Amino acid sequence: MCFSPNPALYARIEQGTAEAVRLSEIYLPDDVKSRLVDAYNGESSSVPRQELANILENIRLAEERKAPLCQDTGIPVIYITIPPGIFWTNEMDQAVYAGIARATTTTPLRPNIVDPLTRENTGTNTGHGMPPVHVTSGDRFTITALPKGAGSENVSQIKMMNPSEKALIPKFIVETMLNAGGKPCPPVILGVGIGGTFDKVAALAKEALLEPVDMMTPYEQEICDAVNQLGIGPMGLGGNTTCLAVKVKSAGCHTASLPVAVNVQCWAARRATVEVLI
Amino acid sequence: MKHLTTPLGDEVLSLTAGELVTLSGTVYTARDEAHLRMMEDGIPFAPQGSVVYHCGPVIQDDEIVVAGPTTSARMNPLTGFILDAGVKGIIGKGGMSAEVRNQMKGRAVYFAFTGGCANLAAARMKLEGVHYSDLGMAEAVWQIRLDKLPLIVAIDANGGDLFATAIDYAREKFQQMYQ
Repeated sequence: MCFSPNPALYARIEQGTAEAVRLSEIYLPDDVKSRLVDAYNGESSSVPRQELANILENIRLAEERKAPLCQDTGIPVIYITIPPGIFWTNEMDQAVYAGIARATTTTPLRPNIVDPLTRENTGTNTGHGMPPVHVTSGDRFTITALPKGAGSENVSQIKMMNPSEKALIPKFIVETMLNAGGKPCPPVILGVGIGGTFDKVAALAKEALLEPVDMMTPYEQEICDAVNQLGIGPMGLGGNTTCLAVKVKSAGCHTASLPVAVNVQCWAARRATVEVLI
Repeated sequence: MKHLTTPLGDEVLSLTAGELVTLSGTVYTARDEAHLRMMEDGIPFAPQGSVVYHCGPVIQDDEIVVAGPTTSARMNPLTGFILDAGVKGIIGKGGMSAEVRNQMKGRAVYFAFTGGCANLAAARMKLEGVHYSDLGMAEAVWQIRLDKLPLIVAIDANGGDLFATAIDYAREKFQQMYQ
């Protein structure tokens, strides 16, 4: 099969990426907003109520001011689905990066990507092989941006458990949040990966953060309730809501392994999807 | 609710952890690099009664776009000298170490501002000036005028500390759940 370059499509990918990033930075998804309103209504003390009132007011102001929700505009992790008949090429990767660089000046975003050792900032939120671009097949051509801030990313954990420790998975997840305390800007969402390999389980945990938070399985709900019993509360100041939702994604794994990853997400659980016309 | 105005005086000594307040007047942003520079070159503003905000804002065309708090714990080892110089208030998120809590006793308080609430902050701010602009947007010392920013007294001048109380409770609860 022969591929011919398609500059018009690259331009639409660049535009679509810039738009997905912009929308994700300013408008919090409705399912997350709704959980935050529930959290506000579930607090009776003045401190957690004020924290959640500030969060809800901030969400409203971001929409009104058309400015990013948080000054840590994160690293925009990109998820793309391509329909049958489309083949992903290097030019398309470059178009995605160009879209992120464009969003950096137009949204605007804080430039966050640096060389890991010299700490020199690229200025564009791209470079050094970043951000990650995950491409899978789907029915439509879509671009999803998931901007991930550092405060919550830094307290995320991965553990290669023994297969006999299956019952200890909830404890590991709750302990991850105990160690995190107020640092990841709770109330958080916990993306959990179970199974796969060392690398796959971390990817699963992040993908779990793409799932809507208005539904939980009984297993997810049980872990979420346990985390909330810790009483860490909004911003670690104490309160009833530490965790808005737990979302689990799993994959097969080696018979001798049980990889588990917990990707912690701050209350500003940003994601937006744009469709690319082909 | 108490409405505080900078420069702060001895009124901070009677604030207690858990109290809701608002703060108005001039504050100065400072993160890691600014603290290191101030240690070397001195504090570029009058420190007596002043308030330092742990924040790296996004500024465009001399306007504050967003300006939420950053994680204060990174400044734990860098805070003693500004308290010695007379800083009476620190605004940030996530709280500070037991060492800083002790250094604050009898002279200063720590105000928690809600993490991620960068728009709410910006809506209550006016940019007044900048020091150490060569450190870049996130690390420079921005002089900002606040108009009734809603804050929580999280560490008071008598050793009260909401973060420490919450995490102690969480540890105890965890032990009970998984002993």
